Amino acid sequence: MRLNYPTNIKIIRVPCTGKVDILHILRAFEKGADGVYAVGCMEGECHYNSGNLRARKRIEQAKKILDTIGVGGERVQMRNLSSAEGPRFAQYASEMDELIRKLGPNPIKLASKKKAA
Amino acid sequence: MIVADKKPIEEIIKEIESYNRVLILGCNECVTVCEAGGKKEVGILASALRMYFLNQGKDVKIDEVTLERQCDHEYLEEIRDRVDKYDAVLSLACGVGVQFMAEKYQTLPVYPGVNTCFLGVTEKRGLWTERCQACGKCILAKTAGICPVSRCAKRILNGPCGGSTNGKCEISKEVDCAWQLIIDRLKALGKMDDYENIIPLKDWSTDRAGGPRKVAREDVQL
Repeated sequence: MRLNYPTNIKIIRVPCTGKVDILHILRAFEKGADGVYAVGCMEGECHYNSGNLRARKRIEQAKKILDTIGVGGERVQMRNLSSAEGPRFAQYASEMDELIRKLGPNPIKLASKKKAA
Repeated sequence: MIVADKKPIEEIIKEIESYNRVLILGCNECVTVCEAGGKKEVGILASALRMYFLNQGKDVKIDEVTLERQCDHEYLEEIRDRVDKYDAVLSLACGVGVQFMAEKYQTLPVYPGVNTCFLGVTEKRGLWTERCQACGKCILAKTAGICPVSRCAKRILNGPCGGSTNGKCEISKEVDCAWQLIIDRLKALGKMDDYENIIPLKDWSTDRAGGPRKVAREDVQL
C-alpha cells in the first residue's frame, strides 16, 4: 500500500493495548511527549477478550489526571481498528498529528526546558 | 481488608503545595488490593504531582517509596535514615498507617493521600463492600455468618424490621436486607430453629462507644 503517515509518531509495540498502563502514559508526558494515543483492536474483537476495553478505561483515567494537572486530557486518545486496516492506521496518525499541532507542545516539556535554562 | 478510596488530586495538591521535598509513601497491604495506595498508585500520583508542580514553575522534589506495611514499627523504620531529606510525607496507607507514621516521626508533617472507608471485601474488581465494623464481640455464630451490625442500617440484632421489602432495605433498593440474608442462609443450612433464639442486648463497650480500644495479649508479649 505504501501509505504515508507523519514521521513524528513513535510506535511502541505492546502485545495488546490491555498492557498499556496509566503510568506508561503519564511517564510519556513527563518525558516530553506532546500526545499519546493507543490503537487497539475493534471493540468486541480483542484476542484477550477485554484488553482494548481496559485500555479505553485507562485512557479515560489518564485524560482526567492530565486535565487536573493542566496538561490537557485531549492529548490522550484511544482509537480502534482491525489489523487489516492500514489506511485507517495512517488516517488515525494524521488526525492525531493534526490534533496535537492544534493543541501545541506539551507544557511540561516547555516547563522543563525553562527550568534547565 | 481495610478498604480505602483515592482522594482527588486537587485536594492532595492543596495539602502539599507549600513543601519543596515530598515523599509519597505507599503501602503493600490492603490499599494495594483496593487499588488506592499501592506501588502503582504511588507511581501515578507522583508522576502527576511532578508534572503539576513543574507546570506551575515550582521546584518540588517528589520521591516514591512503598513499604510492606505502615502499621508495624519494623517497616516504618526502613525509612528512618532518609526521612530527613523531606519536608513532608504523603502517606497512601489507610488512616492507621498515616497515624503510625506521624507517631514515629514527630517533627515530620504527614498527610493522608486516601480516604479510609471500611472493613470489606472485593465483590468484583472495582467494587468493594462493607462486611465488618470491628464491634469487638463477634456474633456471626448466631447470625448464620452474616453480620447485622455492619450490614443492617439499624444494626438490629433481632430482625428484620418493618422496612424490609422483597429482600431489600428501606434506605435503598440497592441495599440487601441483612436479616433477609440471614434468614435465607439459616433456611439453606437447615437451622431455622436458631432464628427463634432471641439475641440479648449487645455489650457495646467493646465497640467505639467505649472509646479507643486495644488488644493486649500477654501470652505473646515479650
